Amino acid sequence: MRAASRPMTGLMVVLRRDLRVALRRRSDTFSTLIFFVMVVSLFPLGVGPEPQLLRTMAPGVLWVAAMLASMLSLPRLFADDHADGTLEQMLLSTHPLALLVFGKTMAHWVGSGLPLVLLSPLLALQFDLSASATGVLVLSLLLGTPVLSLVGSMGAALTVGLRGSSVLLSLLVLPLTIPVLIFGAGAIEAHNAGLGVAGHFSLLGALLIVGLLAAPWVSAAALRISME
Amino acid sequence: MSQGLELDNLACTRGSRQLFCGLSLAVKPGDLLRVRGVNGAGKTSLLRMLCGLLLPTSGQVLWCGKPLGVQRDRLGQDLMYLGHAAALKDELSPLENLFDACALGGHIPTLPAALAGLEGAGLRSHARTPARRLSQGQRRRSALARLTLSQHAPLWILDEPFNALDIAANAWLTGLIEGHLKNAGMVVLTSHQDMPIAATNQLDLTL
Repeated sequence: MRAASRPMTGLMVVLRRDLRVALRRRSDTFSTLIFFVMVVSLFPLGVGPEPQLLRTMAPGVLWVAAMLASMLSLPRLFADDHADGTLEQMLLSTHPLALLVFGKTMAHWVGSGLPLVLLSPLLALQFDLSASATGVLVLSLLLGTPVLSLVGSMGAALTVGLRGSSVLLSLLVLPLTIPVLIFGAGAIEAHNAGLGVAGHFSLLGALLIVGLLAAPWVSAAALRISME
Repeated sequence: MSQGLELDNLACTRGSRQLFCGLSLAVKPGDLLRVRGVNGAGKTSLLRMLCGLLLPTSGQVLWCGKPLGVQRDRLGQDLMYLGHAAALKDELSPLENLFDACALGGHIPTLPAALAGLEGAGLRSHARTPARRLSQGQRRRSALARLTLSQHAPLWILDEPFNALDIAANAWLTGLIEGHLKNAGMVVLTSHQDMPIAATNQLDLTL
């Protein structure tokens, strides 16, 4: 046996474990994806095939649907580990809890955020978005969806072990993610209006950096409180 | 500096109910502490307090003479805790679960060592079966396989380790615990069955 002294070991162990679990239980990823596709597809059916109207609505609809879809699997981020006892083992681990939490958050994003990013160009077709606007959409989702997972991990950590936590979780997390929605959807609107998108991307990037720096530590502290 | 685990005037209140109070005792190397009590007496709460997962309502737990709160890293290395739940991921095999659990505990075992651990637990032929297809007893064995790779951790805290085990597994686990005690390890366990365990110094605590 050798001692695992590198701080990243814990992160990699949790990331690999959660990805492996997600790969063997694909229903979570698929339900997130199907929900995203359904919600986005209902809008063109509901409001009619007016191209100009659809183009105007597209950024908001795609972004709101992505936010709601990434909320779907959030309650289970820590709840499964809590139920099967592995969360206690994480709390007792020799590795820093924040890094373990970060590993879980990354795995959550790969399972529920990244698929949305990859699927979004296909859905953009329904809204008659131009190729360049679709590119802006994909980039904005690529920067924004990790923030949703990071902010979500704080809410999930606070509500782990509570009954009926999923509604409470959405109430906690959705208001905090409003800036992501505004700048994410705003980037596409700005592009459609012929304005520069650098400002929006910079702000999304800033939100991501703040999330990366703060969320794992906040979530770790919240987990210690919740597990009392 | 004193070796071992000390409970200093420990009290636990859950909700408005007081589970225990004024609990003071010391567990030294080679000691076995058996915690008994009726359902709901606070056995699991006590064990979680000893791990630092639950803060005592009053009093404190000392490990090697220092309070738990100031040396979480140290305790993480010295402690092997098996809770009520088996801490297994249903989608993963016993082998993968064993690797992950050991890696989180800070020690990555070699493959032969991990397989030998599962062999001892009687799960060699199920090493790659997803845990959800195992029976209750096999799940418990799978969780306990970690003990064979945890000789380096002096303090074992086991919550109902004999639950769901058959006679052969009982004997295997008893042997593991006795071997650990012989190597100056410390074991704290709760059990409803009165398993005879040979220990030079057995402490009994009834909540």
